[in-house]
Amino acid sequence: MRLPKPRGPLSEWLVARLAGAGVTGAAPDAGSWDDECLSLWTLHELSFRGFEDGDDRAEWDPALLGVRHELETALEGRLRARWTRTDRAGAVAPHEVPAALEALVAADDGPSIADHVRRHADRDQVLELLRQRSVYHLKESDPSAFVVPRLPVRAKAALMALQFDEYGDGDPNRLHSHLFARGLEAVGLRAEYGAYVDDAMTENLEMNNAGSLFGLHRRLRGAAMGHLAAFEMTSSLPSRKMVQGLDRLGLAGPMSDYYDEHVEADAIHEHLALRDICGTLAEDEPDQAGEILFGAWTCLDVEARFATAFLSGSEVA
Amino acid sequence: MSAPEFDHPDVVLVPHGPMLLRGVGSVQDADGTVHPVERPVVALCRCEKSSRLPWCDGTHKVIPR
Repeated sequence: MRLPKPRGPLSEWLVARLAGAGVTGAAPDAGSWDDECLSLWTLHELSFRGFEDGDDRAEWDPALLGVRHELETALEGRLRARWTRTDRAGAVAPHEVPAALEALVAADDGPSIADHVRRHADRDQVLELLRQRSVYHLKESDPSAFVVPRLPVRAKAALMALQFDEYGDGDPNRLHSHLFARGLEAVGLRAEYGAYVDDAMTENLEMNNAGSLFGLHRRLRGAAMGHLAAFEMTSSLPSRKMVQGLDRLGLAGPMSDYYDEHVEADAIHEHLALRDICGTLAEDEPDQAGEILFGAWTCLDVEARFATAFLSGSEVA
Repeated sequence: MSAPEFDHPDVVLVPHGPMLLRGVGSVQDADGTVHPVERPVVALCRCEKSSRLPWCDGTHKVIPR
């Protein structure tokens, strides 16, 4: 992947610095929320696949870590403020975590992009959705992979069972991000990693940043696993609607195969994530109980914000 | 710090949900068709309303109990 197009003074400074353009001095303030989100996305990407035109050593450059720390602090503060404004952010006993997660998901009333795709979306809207989703789906499950060594025994074993399936059960052709890449190609879109980051909506970047933030910090392991659980618990039925919508629009084939795989896989993963990962993590590390719920709620909240923005852009909200 | 032996059953009945099976090679459905299993864990439908029997597709969640 190549460095993204800057969206303001901070990302301009950052991209120039990563490109080795001899930029010195302190980072400027972000010019907008968009600029801030793209900058943090870019800094996180250094810990995933990096940039072919960027310096790999930048991942551990102290000056850039300082910028990343500020942006992450602001993001985490924003996410926690949203969570504590809800009436769900009270204390929860470790053994109540699975039921509390189910209640959070059951109460989720965010708009459903999958419903729109199933019944109303036209081909252009679906292709735009796939471009947006590609920012995450081409690195699907990678943020959760960082959490493996940070978990106690039972949660670690269960996360590995889930991740093994996400990563194709040993078959590279069945790796979920690869299935999505083949789907993109089949519908005439670009399939290379990071292809559509320049088109990513701010809400989409924030959604991705939240997942990466949780995955990359050991301190936030509970939030990462709660995020994973909410993601898996809200995937199976919407994936079936995506299949129906893609079929309706004549986009059956590898792209609907990708969603079809998630109907079945995530109907399994949600139980692993709910009980074997989050349930046992809360029992073994009781201080993570509230963090698990924070991560789960955040997953639903950032998706709802993205869906609202996406659907209003499609003039259907 | 103890190193306990954990429960790790091969078959798990999820409350109001599917039956999870670990480490099986194939499953024969009610019509006699045998489905190979390539995942470490599979979820078998118990509500019989799944659109992809014998596997769970989450449909039980939208059926009133």
